[in-house]
Amino acid sequence: MSETKTVRFIITRQDTPDSAPYDEEFELPYRPNMNVISALMEIRRNPVTKSGKKTTPIAWDMNCLEEVCGACSMVINGKPRQSCTALVDQLEQPVRLAPMRTFPVVRDLQVDRSRMFDNLKKVKAWIPIDGTYNLGPGPRMPERKRQWAYELAKCMTCGVCLEACPNVNDGSNFIGPQPLSQVRLFNAHPTGAMNRAERLNAIMTDGGLANCGNSQNCVQSCPKGIPLTTSIAALNRDTAIQSFRNFFGSDQV
Amino acid sequence: MAKNREFGNRRLHSLLGVIPIGLFLIFHLSVNFMATKGEETFNNAVHAIEYVPILIAVEWVVIYLPLIFHAVYGIYIAFTAKNNLGRFGFFRNWMFMLQRLTGIITLIFLVWHIWETRVQKALGSEVNFDMMAEIFSNPIMIAFYIVGIISAIFHFANGLWSFAVSWGLTITPKSQKIMTYVTLVVFVVLSYIGVSAIFAFV
Repeated sequence: MSETKTVRFIITRQDTPDSAPYDEEFELPYRPNMNVISALMEIRRNPVTKSGKKTTPIAWDMNCLEEVCGACSMVINGKPRQSCTALVDQLEQPVRLAPMRTFPVVRDLQVDRSRMFDNLKKVKAWIPIDGTYNLGPGPRMPERKRQWAYELAKCMTCGVCLEACPNVNDGSNFIGPQPLSQVRLFNAHPTGAMNRAERLNAIMTDGGLANCGNSQNCVQSCPKGIPLTTSIAALNRDTAIQSFRNFFGSDQV
Repeated sequence: MAKNREFGNRRLHSLLGVIPIGLFLIFHLSVNFMATKGEETFNNAVHAIEYVPILIAVEWVVIYLPLIFHAVYGIYIAFTAKNNLGRFGFFRNWMFMLQRLTGIITLIFLVWHIWETRVQKALGSEVNFDMMAEIFSNPIMIAFYIVGIISAIFHFANGLWSFAVSWGLTITPKSQKIMTYVTLVVFVVLSYIGVSAIFAFV
């Protein structure tokens, strides 16, 4: 009789936001086409460590299970990525799971990503279309531009770029690449462009665009392949012009 | 610190690194290079600088003040970063770390270098070929100067690359890649000029 194949996981756990993290090792029977989430579900079904100690199920976030929501992001074998598309067959054993520590850890692999949503508010990453009366249709967007802008719209606010950025840390106030690229997206929209200066001025405040140090880890790590550093460089040009407008004066559009 | 100065400070930091500090670096290395053409050529070049009108004011405006701002703000920038090369060993991440490391090395080198030359001049010594030859009679100083000069040149060349990004001159990945090659050539050429000048004094 052949020995059953197993997979090993070393998981960084943390019971409360303030308690010290610790590692626990798990060994599970191998199944074909396993991903990290199905392994975590297996552990949840039978939360016993490799050494046979009974433990609590692991806490993690998940939602769409097809890499469009960003909720299940964690650090897998040192790289921040989505656990739903992390296939066990393609990972080196033992698989090491840890939370994205750039964000406050809630419990185990679960982190509080709300700073990114606050950042979107800070940079006004929306298009104001409400009026006290029907404003009618806005200007049309050329199809080619729409297709181009769609690439920027793929951002799922997963937080991988912030985790990869050396300038996003607890000693810095940098908002990170994610909200910046959204400014480029909304400024590219024909209706959104009407509030272009507001967004540019928002990213010229402390903790904004200027804090980018060009390590370009973000663009290498983005699971959606968003051209984050191209967005940042384009915004560098836009804000340079905006700062001249602000200082020397020009018609405020 | 006053609110919302960061954008202006970072842009000023980037600009000053190229104009005037970067330009001064090229000028300085060029004057040094004259040492390879003999003692007299070098001494003449050094004396010619002393005829610059209101030299002390020019020194402060073109060199010391920009350098002090660039250094102080640069230290702040360098120590706000949390390097993560172990997890993200990408080329640009290496450049990011080296830019900060060479900045610190260059600062240490410059403090020593200014003490040994400009401050000694203010205290009455004469800056000439012999002064440098004497410094380089110590092999440790040769090594220290080579490390210092290479660091300064790397910091300038790579800084030129990020200057182009920070001011939105190079936006596309392709233009940034070509700029990487251009700044690499700048690094190699200036390093040759800088290091060959050191050995002219030995």
